[in-house]
Amino acid sequence: MPNQCARSSPWQSSELEGLARNADPVAGAANSNAVGLASVTKRFPGVVAVDDVSLSFRAGEVHVLLGENGAGKSTIVGMLAGVLQPDSGGLTLAGEPVQLSSPFESLSFGISTVFQHAMLVPTLTVFENLVLGDAWWRRSSRSQMEERIAELQELFGLQVPLDAMTGELSLGEQQQIEIARALLRDCSVLILDEATSMLTPQGVDELGGRMRRLADRGLSIIFITHKLTEAYRFGDRVSVLKLGRLAGEIGKDSLKAASEASAVEDMLRLMFGGEESAATPAPQPDRTAGEVRLAAANLRIDGGSVNMAHSEISLAVRSGEILGIAGIDGNGQKQLAEALAGQRPILAGRLDLDGEDVTDASVGRRRALGLRYLTDDRLDEGSVGMFPVADNTVLKEIGAPPFWSRGIERPARIAEHARDLIKRFAVRTPNEFTPISNLSGGNIQKLLLGRELSGTAKVVVFNKPTYGLDMQNSVDSRRRIRAVANSGIAVLLISTDLDEIIELSDRIAVMDRGRICGVLENNSSAPREMRTRVGRLMVGDAAMEAAA
Amino acid sequence: MSDAEADLESGELLHRPGALARYGPILLLTLGPILAALVCSSLILLAVGVDPLAYYGYVLRRGLLSGLGLSQSLTRTAPLLLLAAGLIVAFRAGIWNLGVDGQFLLGAVASAALAPAIHGLLPGWLVLLLGFALAGVVGALWSVLPALLKAYQGVNEIITTLMTTFLGISLANALVKLVFLDPGTTVPQTRTLPVPDRLPRLFDTTVSSGLIIGLIAVLAVHVAMNRTAFGLRLRTVGANVRAASHFGLSVPQLTVATFALSAGFAGLAGASEILGVNGNVRADWNPAYGLMVIPLVFLARFHGVATIALIFLYSVLLIGSESAARRLGVPQTFTLVLVASMLIFFGIAEHHLHHRMRKAG
Repeated sequence: MPNQCARSSPWQSSELEGLARNADPVAGAANSNAVGLASVTKRFPGVVAVDDVSLSFRAGEVHVLLGENGAGKSTIVGMLAGVLQPDSGGLTLAGEPVQLSSPFESLSFGISTVFQHAMLVPTLTVFENLVLGDAWWRRSSRSQMEERIAELQELFGLQVPLDAMTGELSLGEQQQIEIARALLRDCSVLILDEATSMLTPQGVDELGGRMRRLADRGLSIIFITHKLTEAYRFGDRVSVLKLGRLAGEIGKDSLKAASEASAVEDMLRLMFGGEESAATPAPQPDRTAGEVRLAAANLRIDGGSVNMAHSEISLAVRSGEILGIAGIDGNGQKQLAEALAGQRPILAGRLDLDGEDVTDASVGRRRALGLRYLTDDRLDEGSVGMFPVADNTVLKEIGAPPFWSRGIERPARIAEHARDLIKRFAVRTPNEFTPISNLSGGNIQKLLLGRELSGTAKVVVFNKPTYGLDMQNSVDSRRRIRAVANSGIAVLLISTDLDEIIELSDRIAVMDRGRICGVLENNSSAPREMRTRVGRLMVGDAAMEAAA
Repeated sequence: MSDAEADLESGELLHRPGALARYGPILLLTLGPILAALVCSSLILLAVGVDPLAYYGYVLRRGLLSGLGLSQSLTRTAPLLLLAAGLIVAFRAGIWNLGVDGQFLLGAVASAALAPAIHGLLPGWLVLLLGFALAGVVGALWSVLPALLKAYQGVNEIITTLMTTFLGISLANALVKLVFLDPGTTVPQTRTLPVPDRLPRLFDTTVSSGLIIGLIAVLAVHVAMNRTAFGLRLRTVGANVRAASHFGLSVPQLTVATFALSAGFAGLAGASEILGVNGNVRADWNPAYGLMVIPLVFLARFHGVATIALIFLYSVLLIGSESAARRLGVPQTFTLVLVASMLIFFGIAEHHLHHRMRKAG
């Protein structure tokens, strides 16, 4: 039975004739229902993750599933991938009810998933990764593989260096290999789960083009995202999920007829149910930058995995100012933040905090002087998951009064402090004794912000403050960051989200390959222009930006 | 699925207020494996033709219910408690000090070398104090190499402490046979501290006051780990090294301190056995208490009071099984079968709990 379905896949790359047959867009297949959900409900303890959702994904279309964190997107992906089983309702394949009780079964029915994080073995070559799932008794044919890869390259522009070590490829390249792997399996349904979150703006555009070509070949593409513009640009059809329910759909015709702005407006309305549009740019506050709080001069940092040996970083942040650090993830932003916070050695150069030389000062000393660092890794670095919320609020001050007296803990004081933070930062937690890992990402973020702002903070370094948060929490976090700057604190905002940088920053520095390759005055009233200028610097095209 | 399980499954039991709700699941998860291990061991005993009730009866009567047996059991807990104190520090700080047996033996040899030598020259209490102090220092010194390697090079301490424990055991033997040999006897052993000069006995019993030292050590460690800034630092390092660096803790220094404390306690345990009970170290003596205590500390989930209870239980088992072995012909090492099956069931219970928590989360 599974084999039968695999054979009926509209796209068969194993023979060249198969390709030729499907060479022109398959008009008939475009309307056929490839895979669908019929009144599917999935419960987890305490939550209904997916509530009576019916969807049908058609061949030849890019169908966007849009929703915030916790809207039920991942649960639907899990059910289609055979990892999760619906509690009620069921899945359909080409109109027939079907049960996918394991990932293997899902694959054999021609459903392939490309997950957000690459599912490749980094220490194997690309070829080895591609043949990993093959039957063990069959010898994998190299020449056959090369032939098929060449087809894929021609048809979809997929770059698949068969002999490269997988771990040395960029995330975008790894994603192409995963797509190639799915196509080599003759899939008819391709699910891309948050596939753009790790890509450069150019990579996102390329992926968009590739999805279009795959859909034109008759594949059914399911594209999961929470970015509205991507949904508009790449999708034929958009289904919006909200808290596990299907909030609405935008059909093919109305999506094509609408302008980007009005489509985004529609999607926002579906996602937030008529609430104030989250995309409205916030008015720029009337704050004035004061004196320099944090000054780095020719810093050389031990970059670890990022080569920063030849970069000398200089920057200055004034009180009441937000300096944004833009850049593609992994270009030394984290290293810079850690060096500023004192967690990473500074090899040369000088760092001044409020006029005092702190180049060699410890983490604790810098904190005492008012430097705060909000890490992007909330659960694995910023907090100790199994410790209660209360303990986590004081972990940066272990042993200090008033929470300790001569080394002896004063639990009542700590609990009181925690309750105060929970109240002031509107943290949703059952109580202060709950292990912090039980809280949602947004609530952990609020608590950690509260921890960093307690005492006298003068400089706050935010590293990807809204990473992994849903839209409501992101909006909330941005509002708080602005409030921090308005209160006269110097803010260094590291983010890979360009919109966020442009919305909040006064000036924008761009990091590329461990260096700061440019600093721009922000103009948040012309976000599109800013995005282009910053984007060019991000991809290492400083000359082009200088010329422009 | 039973009702109780169904309750647990839905989280009802956990939300119901009261002591049972708070400690119920933990008790179940601790006592459950012990009961299962007893049943499992009974089956093995039956298979080799021994009446399990008779065996357990002997164990209880000889280890717990007879006056002499009880005092022997209590005396045996002293070194075990000191070892446990050191292991609790290490494990809660995320350090796998599996070298306690080497540290224990070298501590024992150090105290056995020092105490008889200065006995008579100094007041008795000072002899004992110096004996303990030297044993603690020697135990701690034997952990310096694994500590530095772990702290500054990230070398896995499981490997290094196991290696140093083998070296330590051999070194202790060599020291007894070559350096501290008692010329007065033909048996290869150190000089003996006379019985009246050893640790005083408790009241009118034969129980060594090492028991009190052990109890104080475990309770002190328990309080220190849970209620002091130092303990929280160690626990933070143990829970998440990256977070600890982020919080500004000096992970290498705390790692070295953890090793020193843990190994120091192991050395003290050696001293308590020599200065309290044996009086000397015979060549090739290695009770391997450390490897016995490690599973117990885990079983107690590093909780001080629970550790004390389990160690007492284990001592009763050790002493009782010695007589049961003689009477029923069951090898004394059968206690290991019992402890091993406890561990297996403990692992199963833990896995079950995690699985449920994952499902609930």
